[in-house]
Amino acid sequence: MSTAIATGARVELRDVRIDYADGPAAEIDLVVEPGEVVILLGPSGCGKSTILRALAGLQPVAAGAARVDGEPHDHPDTKCAMVFQEDALLPWRTARRNVEFALAMRGVPRRQRRGIAAGLLDQVGLTGFADHLPRRLSGGMRQRVQLARTLAAEPRVLLMDEPFGALDAQTRLEMQRLLVSVWRRHRTTILFVTHDVDEALLLGDRVVVLTSRPARAARIVDVARPRQAGAQLGPEFAGQRQEILALLGHSPDLPQS
Amino acid sequence: MTTTQERPTADLLSTPETTGARAATVPPNRSRLRAIRRLLPAVPILAALAAWQLLTHHDVVAWLRFDKLPGPAEVGASIQLQLETPVFYRHVLASLGRILTGFALAGVIGVLVGIAIGRSRTTAALVRPLIEVARPVPAIALVPIAILLFPTGEQGIVFITAFAAFFPITVATIHAMKTLPPVWTDAARTLGANRWQVLVHVVFPGAMPSIFSGLSVSMGVAWICVISAEMISGQFGVGYWTWMSYSLLDYAGVVTGMLTIGLLGFTTSWAIERIGRRVNRWLPGEGM
Repeated sequence: MSTAIATGARVELRDVRIDYADGPAAEIDLVVEPGEVVILLGPSGCGKSTILRALAGLQPVAAGAARVDGEPHDHPDTKCAMVFQEDALLPWRTARRNVEFALAMRGVPRRQRRGIAAGLLDQVGLTGFADHLPRRLSGGMRQRVQLARTLAAEPRVLLMDEPFGALDAQTRLEMQRLLVSVWRRHRTTILFVTHDVDEALLLGDRVVVLTSRPARAARIVDVARPRQAGAQLGPEFAGQRQEILALLGHSPDLPQS
Repeated sequence: MTTTQERPTADLLSTPETTGARAATVPPNRSRLRAIRRLLPAVPILAALAAWQLLTHHDVVAWLRFDKLPGPAEVGASIQLQLETPVFYRHVLASLGRILTGFALAGVIGVLVGIAIGRSRTTAALVRPLIEVARPVPAIALVPIAILLFPTGEQGIVFITAFAAFFPITVATIHAMKTLPPVWTDAARTLGANRWQVLVHVVFPGAMPSIFSGLSVSMGVAWICVISAEMISGQFGVGYWTWMSYSLLDYAGVVTGMLTIGLLGFTTSWAIERIGRRVNRWLPGEGM
């Protein structure tokens, strides 16, 4: 693997506006430091995924510019690789061959691919499943393969679009832990979209709370003790959780009937 | 299934007192039933053969006229004769050569055109009208044109076959382009794949299930066309041979030709099916 020094890139979204056919989808101005984990948190369908897609170069911006390390980024490439919520694996390729696909796209010589792919699958805890087709793997395992495949592209920025949204609670916790360990190792910049407040506070350095459509930053919350063990038991966590929930329009109490 | 394996079910169904008696009597009945059921598909075939034998043997004429039709025995003799005649094999090979050439041409062109139409709006606007105009024309109606157009009858027949097989493949490929999950392409692009790589590594393999269902349909259509074209304009081939037998009043030969065509059609479709299953074994419905 490459280096232990911060390999993440600096991401700037300067007055970016993204339009759908029927009006603005998102307006955002945000700078993410190299190696930082920033969470985009907002209600479902608010346009938070659109921001990621624009940064990935999959969606054109109507105004402003997305920059990665100061350079405009408007077409898809390995600088910003994306992990999707849906099943984005190529179903005719085994786990290993899916990872090898990313290596091939990066120009890694054929003879080295197998070894690197095996190493990456080990990292995401899939030793022994390399030759399984995606349909033989559980949802959580498929997301692990997707993560390994995305890492194989050696991105400077990792874009994660509700990657654990479709998983059960237990698997989601495991995946969050895995992501933190992977991030500690690679130190890529991560932009992570979710609508789960706990997930946001567990993973992020900062949480950008978005309004409903068009998505705008309602507030940016600095996480008190990012990714520290037991942080979610502390009073700061509860306070920030409360604060964010209030911003999203939820009262802390259950509704009275 | 043996009788011993049947016993637990019988035990569950019967009271303790009757178990012994039932276990001994019920299972053989059941297995006999199962054996009969397995033989059931043979019944209509044997019945049809018997009817055929009766009708032709007694030269029945009751609006439909069976007096000139050959009976099963004559056809059997004809088949045996042809199997010992080298020229018959040359007819079969001629037809196979034509169908495989036409089918291969249609496959390659159909998939390429289908991908181009499905992935590029400009191509769709330029090519689609032409296809929609040509599609309703039955390939057989092109026989006179094919004779005028091509220097040899051979090429004309291949052209007609390819023409007919082209449309199902193209339509299936266009359909595949529309139903491919966009997330596969998006993921490949953020992993650094260019347009060409997306095409080769994502679009093409992803479209294979649809393409193969198009190929299956095409194979059937291609046989219809090759046989009809041979009957009209060929100088060789099973279709020509069958028509020739008719002209020479060798009616048993006509049936032999028919059966040969049926067998060829069945074999080629089966081959396509097998290859398709192998290529698309990643599909949820397939074993592995």
